[in-house]
Amino acid sequence: MNAETILELIYAYTPFACVAALIILGLYCCIVRRNIIKIILGVSVIESGANLFLIAHGYRTGSVAPIYTLSPSDTNPLNYALPIPQALTLTSIVIGVAVAALMLSLAIHIYRKYGTLDVRKITKLKG
Amino acid sequence: MQFVEFISTHAPILILAIPLICAFLTPLVSRISDKARNIFVTCAIALSLATAVLLALDIYANGARTYVFGATSPGIVLPSGMNLPIRIMYEVDGMSIFMVFISLIVALGASIYSWAATDKYTGKDRYYTLLLLMVVGMLGMELTGDIFNMFVFFEILSISSSALTAYYIEGDSAEGGLKYMLLSAIGGLFVLIAITLLYSQYNVLNMAALASSIQYTTLDIVALGILMTGFVMKCGAVPLHMVTPDAYTVSPANITAMLVTASQACLYALFRVSFTLFGKSIIENMTYGTVGIILIVIGVLSMFVGVTMALPQHDVKRLMAYHAVSQTGYMLLGVGVGLAVMGDSSQMDAFGYKAMEGGIFHIINHAMYKGLLFLTAGAMLYMTGTRDLNKMGGLGHKMPWTAGFFIIGALAISGVPPMNGFASKLLIYESVYQFSPLLSIIAMVVSILTLASFVKVFHSAFMGPQLSDYRNAKEVPKSMIVGMCVLAAVIVVFSLFPDWAVKTIVDPAVDALLNNAGYVHNVVGGA
Amino acid sequence: MVKADAVQGESSMRMSKIVRTIADVMFPFAMVFGIYVILHGHLTPGGGFQGGAATASALAMLLVAYGSIDILHRISEHKLTILECAGALIFAGTAAIGLFRTFFYNFLANTGSLFGTYPGYGPNGGDLNTGGVLPIMNIGVGLCVIAGLFAILVIMAYATTVKEPEEKGNGDETKGGH
Repeated sequence: MNAETILELIYAYTPFACVAALIILGLYCCIVRRNIIKIILGVSVIESGANLFLIAHGYRTGSVAPIYTLSPSDTNPLNYALPIPQALTLTSIVIGVAVAALMLSLAIHIYRKYGTLDVRKITKLKG
Repeated sequence: MQFVEFISTHAPILILAIPLICAFLTPLVSRISDKARNIFVTCAIALSLATAVLLALDIYANGARTYVFGATSPGIVLPSGMNLPIRIMYEVDGMSIFMVFISLIVALGASIYSWAATDKYTGKDRYYTLLLLMVVGMLGMELTGDIFNMFVFFEILSISSSALTAYYIEGDSAEGGLKYMLLSAIGGLFVLIAITLLYSQYNVLNMAALASSIQYTTLDIVALGILMTGFVMKCGAVPLHMVTPDAYTVSPANITAMLVTASQACLYALFRVSFTLFGKSIIENMTYGTVGIILIVIGVLSMFVGVTMALPQHDVKRLMAYHAVSQTGYMLLGVGVGLAVMGDSSQMDAFGYKAMEGGIFHIINHAMYKGLLFLTAGAMLYMTGTRDLNKMGGLGHKMPWTAGFFIIGALAISGVPPMNGFASKLLIYESVYQFSPLLSIIAMVVSILTLASFVKVFHSAFMGPQLSDYRNAKEVPKSMIVGMCVLAAVIVVFSLFPDWAVKTIVDPAVDALLNNAGYVHNVVGGA
Repeated sequence: MVKADAVQGESSMRMSKIVRTIADVMFPFAMVFGIYVILHGHLTPGGGFQGGAATASALAMLLVAYGSIDILHRISEHKLTILECAGALIFAGTAAIGLFRTFFYNFLANTGSLFGTYPGYGPNGGDLNTGGVLPIMNIGVGLCVIAGLFAILVIMAYATTVKEPEEKGNGDETKGGH
């Protein structure tokens, strides 16, 4: 195995290593952290991982972004990348914004009621 | 006649489009008057239900229906000559329409109930918008034939239901809403990751096309595991049940009844994934036993943990919420036994089919009686201002209707013979006993404990002398009684004619789940 | 303005005059960019949601500069709700008009009428007059997102400014368009 193949392998697998790192980091953040804002950030980090996973699958070597108006005029139409993974990612980002907005506004209400964002002190509901 | 034909052709989308469009018309209608808006919302749900009945008649007569968005055929031929079903399409079979009935009937009862139950609050136009969007989320999950579309509706359902849980900031509702949203968001992301794993291998998102091409590689098994985790997270089964009691306790009663159907929509997604999407490959690779046993273990744990946690509760809604966890276990047990013997036709005929009938019939029974019980709990809260059973008492003198509805619901959930809960539980006991006697005995013990728990609630809330605190208590407003009546009527019908119900609506659902080749054939063709 | 200052007293949320002036100058450019992204949604990356978010962030700049109380004097939350519903109705209504074939049927594409020019194959400069119902749906989604996102921001900013808890629903930001 020469240096070039190793480099190629690294190129090919870096996005997926990032995906795994982001998802594990986000889950760790959700489970271990005690501050509500940090937990919400953890969910956002998992979401970034999922989005990166989707978009990394849409990559094709030598392809062109599927935008007619911005591509070079000599592009072969068959060389456009498939736009579906990108559309899916956009949908998932929209959903992520709504989820984050809802969770943050609930966090505001919780802070108002308890005066703290520490989950150990917010224990009215248990048992 | 032409009009009926038009409705019938477009029924799969009209079921969804009517609540969706009405959801955004609601703030405009509510400028006329509150009453107009209430009637408008209820009419929207009733219209959708009527369309669903029309579609159901067609499906029971002519088999599953597909509906493609934007064109007449789901496929597109690429320049390279490949033909892929890329368009979003809905595929409605017996199971889908069965779940649609459940969602719409409970939503109808809940919307009538909320006319009076939300009297003292403001900002109701957005409340009703969210209520209709929640209905849209459930219906979308149940009707769609596209797995990414299912994810989108899953998220719409999560967002609208947790916003409704915390809509009226009083007590701990923000806390319950946040917990519910957090778990739903993580569950949704799990689903998205699994969808990515499947899409990257097979290049299709259509469930039928995916089902026909899945190879059951290691990645597919990982995807199945992640998908199941994501859906189990939200359907409130045991290892991940912590959120269910919190959210059910703090949400308004009519929303709690709808949260039950929301969790069942996720249960539907779980069954759809394990039976239809992976059904063929599970049978071919002889792993149906393993997947079935996972569902059975989750189910038995849910039953047992749910009921033991419910016994010591003194908050009436929290107690019922733990029973909801426990009842979810029955459905998972019944359908899990069916899945565990799916590839073995002799066992399937002997008891597997019956177990699935029991599990599926229990879904509709549970939605009706648990919805009714939550609505009665809401009525108690409306009159007494507390959820604490130790502070209630003697309500039976002043609230005869509520007490009557509570008795109907409590008898049904405990599986006392004439009621519908008994019919579905008996199917489960009989068939599961042949699979493993121990599981059947656990199910019966759980049922007895359920009865004990509800006797306690009835005794402490409705029996005894009148308390001086509630001297002025009276029966709840009419609309709340009508809302409870809708669900109670369904329970009574199913109690009187359980055979008819099983033959008419449950059997097509079971057949649809087991017939995954037919599901694939409707879209892909010969495969 | 004076009235708002009187309400808030010393703890005014308004930023300094420099910030306000720069926000005033930048605001039209940010708006034009957002509207450009919405209108060109069917040709270039972007579309209703992205353009709507850009426009809403232009409005958020004003929110930061002037504070939520001034903003709520100018536009009520009720109007934003109406705008949001109008946007969603444009989207769902356009989809429903296609019901004579199927839901979401693109009945304007390649007809030669409004947005009906036949798009070129392969790399080309792009024609705004293509796409059938897509631009209409982008405008609907854009309206919905501008109003929804801005309403969420205003309510959150207002909720963190005002001390006593008020009973408030949470903004719903739910669109299944894709």
